[in-house]
Amino acid sequence: MLSVSKPTPQGTVRPAMPHVPPAAAIPIGGAGTGSIRNFSIIAHIDHGKSTLSDRILELTGAVEERSMRAQYLDSMELERERGITIKAQNVRVSWRGHTLHLIDTPGHVDFGYEVSRSLAACEGVVLLVDAAQGIEAQTLANCYLALESDLTIVPVLNKIDLPAAEPDLYASEIERVLGIDSGEVLAISAKTGEGVEALLDAIIERIPPPGGDPHAPLQALIFDSHFDQYRGVVSSVRVVNGRLCAGDRLRFMHAGGLHLSEEVGLRLPAVTPTDALGPGEVGYLIAGIKDVAEARSGETVTSAAAPADAPLAGYDDPKPMVFCGLYPVDGDEYPDLRDALAKLRLNDASVTFEPETSGALGFGFRCGFLGLLHMEIVRERLEREFGLSLIATAPSVAYRVRTDDDQELEVDNPSDLPAAGQIAEIAEPMLTVSVLTPSSYTGAVMDLCQSRRGSMTSMDYLSPERVELRYELPLAEVVTDFFDQLKSRTQGYASLDYDHAGYRAERLVRVDILLNGEPVDAFSAVRHRDGAYPYGKAITAKLAELIPRQLFDVPIQAAIGGRIIARETVKAKRKDVLSKCYGGDITRKRKLLERQKEGKKRMKAIGRVEVPNEAFVSALRLDQ
Amino acid sequence: MTVLDCASPAFGVYCHIPFCTHRCDYCAFATWTDRNHLIGDYMASCRRQARELAGGMPPVTSVFFGGGTPNLVPPSLLGDVLAELPLARGAEITVECNPDLVTPEQMQAYRALGVNRISLGVQSAVPHVLDVLGRRHDPQMVTASVDAVRRAGIGQLNLDLIYGTPTESLADWQRTLVEAIDLGPDHLSVYGLTPEPGTPLGDDPSRRPDDDEMADKYLIADELLSRVGYEIYEISNWARPGAQCRHNLLYWQQGSYAGIGCAAHSHRGGRRFWSVRTPERFIAAISAGTSPMAGSEELEPDERRVEALQLALRTSVGVPADALPDDVEHLLEPAAGGRLKLTARGRLLANEVAVRLGLPSEQ
Ligand SMILES: Nc1nc2c(ncn2[C@@H]2O[C@H](COP(=O)(O)OP(=O)(O)OP(=O)(O)O)[C@@H](O)[C@H]2O)c(=O)[nH]1
Ligand SMILES: C[S@@+](CC[C@H](N)C(=O)[O-])C[C@H]1O[C@@H](n2cnc3c(N)ncnc32)[C@H](O)[C@@H]1O
Ligand code: SF4
Ligand SMILES: [Mg+2]
Repeated sequence: MLSVSKPTPQGTVRPAMPHVPPAAAIPIGGAGTGSIRNFSIIAHIDHGKSTLSDRILELTGAVEERSMRAQYLDSMELERERGITIKAQNVRVSWRGHTLHLIDTPGHVDFGYEVSRSLAACEGVVLLVDAAQGIEAQTLANCYLALESDLTIVPVLNKIDLPAAEPDLYASEIERVLGIDSGEVLAISAKTGEGVEALLDAIIERIPPPGGDPHAPLQALIFDSHFDQYRGVVSSVRVVNGRLCAGDRLRFMHAGGLHLSEEVGLRLPAVTPTDALGPGEVGYLIAGIKDVAEARSGETVTSAAAPADAPLAGYDDPKPMVFCGLYPVDGDEYPDLRDALAKLRLNDASVTFEPETSGALGFGFRCGFLGLLHMEIVRERLEREFGLSLIATAPSVAYRVRTDDDQELEVDNPSDLPAAGQIAEIAEPMLTVSVLTPSSYTGAVMDLCQSRRGSMTSMDYLSPERVELRYELPLAEVVTDFFDQLKSRTQGYASLDYDHAGYRAERLVRVDILLNGEPVDAFSAVRHRDGAYPYGKAITAKLAELIPRQLFDVPIQAAIGGRIIARETVKAKRKDVLSKCYGGDITRKRKLLERQKEGKKRMKAIGRVEVPNEAFVSALRLDQ
Repeated sequence: MTVLDCASPAFGVYCHIPFCTHRCDYCAFATWTDRNHLIGDYMASCRRQARELAGGMPPVTSVFFGGGTPNLVPPSLLGDVLAELPLARGAEITVECNPDLVTPEQMQAYRALGVNRISLGVQSAVPHVLDVLGRRHDPQMVTASVDAVRRAGIGQLNLDLIYGTPTESLADWQRTLVEAIDLGPDHLSVYGLTPEPGTPLGDDPSRRPDDDEMADKYLIADELLSRVGYEIYEISNWARPGAQCRHNLLYWQQGSYAGIGCAAHSHRGGRRFWSVRTPERFIAAISAGTSPMAGSEELEPDERRVEALQLALRTSVGVPADALPDDVEHLLEPAAGGRLKLTARGRLLANEVAVRLGLPSEQ
């Protein structure tokens, strides 16, 4: 069942700390860790983490009222536009004589690794639950992460100002599902600020201060790094033992590099240099590094002169799950795309990319992402921040292929798949998927999962109204439009979390698409044998809709191996002419032609066929 | 194609009459049905503008009163504008007319003013098609109008036709063509119905003309008209030998013309410019002595050369063979002087061909 195996760490009551004046800017620098509390705010997406961070920034006076804005810590343009957090952010504030390091984390499942990293820098978490929604998929997932790391959990129901809020109901849900005493659950409104002071007090009371020895050799954990064009790599660090001082020579224990500590400092949230960071403190480090690969999250920083014996337990970079080809619309922009990817990777080490050539699209890169949202965001950032115009091929997963001559291959581009005759076995990545849904939608969710080749592993009632369904599902089935479908079939009420679950051999085939008789590698896709024929029919029909009529008939075929399984034809265009000249208005005519010419630039010539860029994206978002 | 090569330095004047009694369902022209009280002021402003511009004009070889509905305003007011212009001997003077407003007296008055060409908005000979177009005239009015033109002794007659109206069958279209031919015009303008955004026809997807049917109808027109002796000289224009519209040709030859009135376009000294769209703003500008110009454009020499090719491509003069790539070869046929012109199927795809035009490399 769902209740957690580990007993929840109880908040132990400590003697009240002597009252010292608020002094966020005064570094502790190793003077003692008793007044420090390090915590992350974790929750399901949209349950109010960033809004709570706003209130904390306000209450503690870290941000002046006039410079306050909603979701202050969501500083990326994309975050603000989409109203979601993509990158975790840390900030140091002070409250009643204590120093608090808080980390606001993202809730979206694609960015789960940001939560894991953040937790490595904390002793506790604030687990937020929307009091009008209750526990959702990432509430569970993130709560388990916190428990695995032995962190103190401060459970909080948020949004109690909402008329639909049912704090009592969901407090007992928390007790039943997470095994946390409902009496410990705080109730707040991050919007109005109600209950936030009491929450801050509870944080101080319940979350233990960090340990650590200021006189031991330095061990500091890098839990995030980003590239700043003026300062180079700026890393977020948590000191565990010893002191991290400006001007010290440092050794990066995993990468092996030696660097000079140019600046250490605090985020208050304004960046504020300081002399040193002591045990338990969280801040930033600038060490003249130009490549984030040399200051990966999970890295342990120690002193070059008196190094620690061993690094801290690190963690691996997350592995990409979804792949697609990215190609410049204009082939001349290939070098620009390469530079842009390299720069973007400085801030997002989870993106992978490798040069790739497509017969249809020319030179581009095969890129790996953590999920579909991540893919969409990276693509948007490349276009927006680097002024590129890109074509993305259909998302694919990485297949494991054993060939007849017993070679093992990993193939993340369908067009690289060996010919069917040479494949001894092909396996695809699997997920364990957990869906939380109101019980009235159970049937709809089951239908969806079954149609995506899922097999159910468990079904548990969190309450009479709420069910958790667990499925084994092929990743490939989830990365198409599974999430959209789930949302639309449950009117937005279901939530989803997933984890890797190894590989499973399946009867998979490659479906190729031929335009005007020529195979177009960018449209190749791997499908389960049973789904190949309907897929072929659907995609040829969709392409026939998306490809405009040309000066000649264009046959569109789907094929497995050499066998055609579906065919459509886009008939030759017969009429494209401006009939009338409006009283000598030649300008209008010329501009219409210019627009038409521009339109052609948004098409990719594949052989003689002009294919609109949207076709590459939309064709593969088939509603199945 | 002697007329196209006509060497005389042609100069045209277009005068826009932005008034109608009723708005047709397809029409997006700058015209209004509720402002007829402005006619007097408007025509006086046109006259004043004509007078101001006349000094800088070469002899005017063609005048075109277009609309809107020019035969809605008293003929004498058109005459007032004409009187200001330095007309060349034998200048072509056209008035665009709506059949429902044509009278014998009106035509006689035009004749007296020197009008020698009438363009009639016939559109279709089939009542249900006229209905869908939102036209107010019936086919008898067309016959009567043609009669009036002839009796008044106006030498040149054009009929405007529209094909591709929803509900129009191939037989309907054939009937329109045959009846138009029977009326014996010197010239026919045959337009594919264009769905203009903002018009009742353009905004109703269920009333969109179908491209394949449009193509069939165009080919029918091409076939029939050439069989009875009309020669095509521009995508939408057919004429008996020697009866091409000189004013129309100016547009396709990148020629010079002056616009008078609101929403009128001018092309002079390599610059294109156009006047404010509404009659009110036009009247206000003229009475304030300020320029009614709303915008202008001057192309770079190379752009101008491409524009010239784009325009010539629409005509039977055609373009130099090396201005086009091979993939449209099948849409072209030889024209005079080693040039290439569009075939009938090619004319239907003129935009596709035009966007491929490039400046021939200089040898
Ligand atoms: N009524 C009400 N709305 C709230 C409250 N807290 C947050 N919200 C709203 O909930 C939405 C999501 O808030 P965020 O703070 O961005 O949520 P988040 O958990 O940071 O979301 P992600 O970072 O994307 O996971 C916003 O529209 C907030 O205004 C609250 O206490 N009451
Ligand atoms: C400027 S209109 C004015 C003529 C006159 N008012 C009449 O309607 O008879 C000239 C011609 O343009 C054509 N026309 C106008 N709008 C059109 C459209 N949307 N599609 C095709 N032809 C159009 C019609 O054939 C019309 O006769
Ligand atoms: S088609 Fe002619 S009559 Fe009809 S609204 Fe347009 S200008 Fe007026
Ligand atoms: Mg957030």
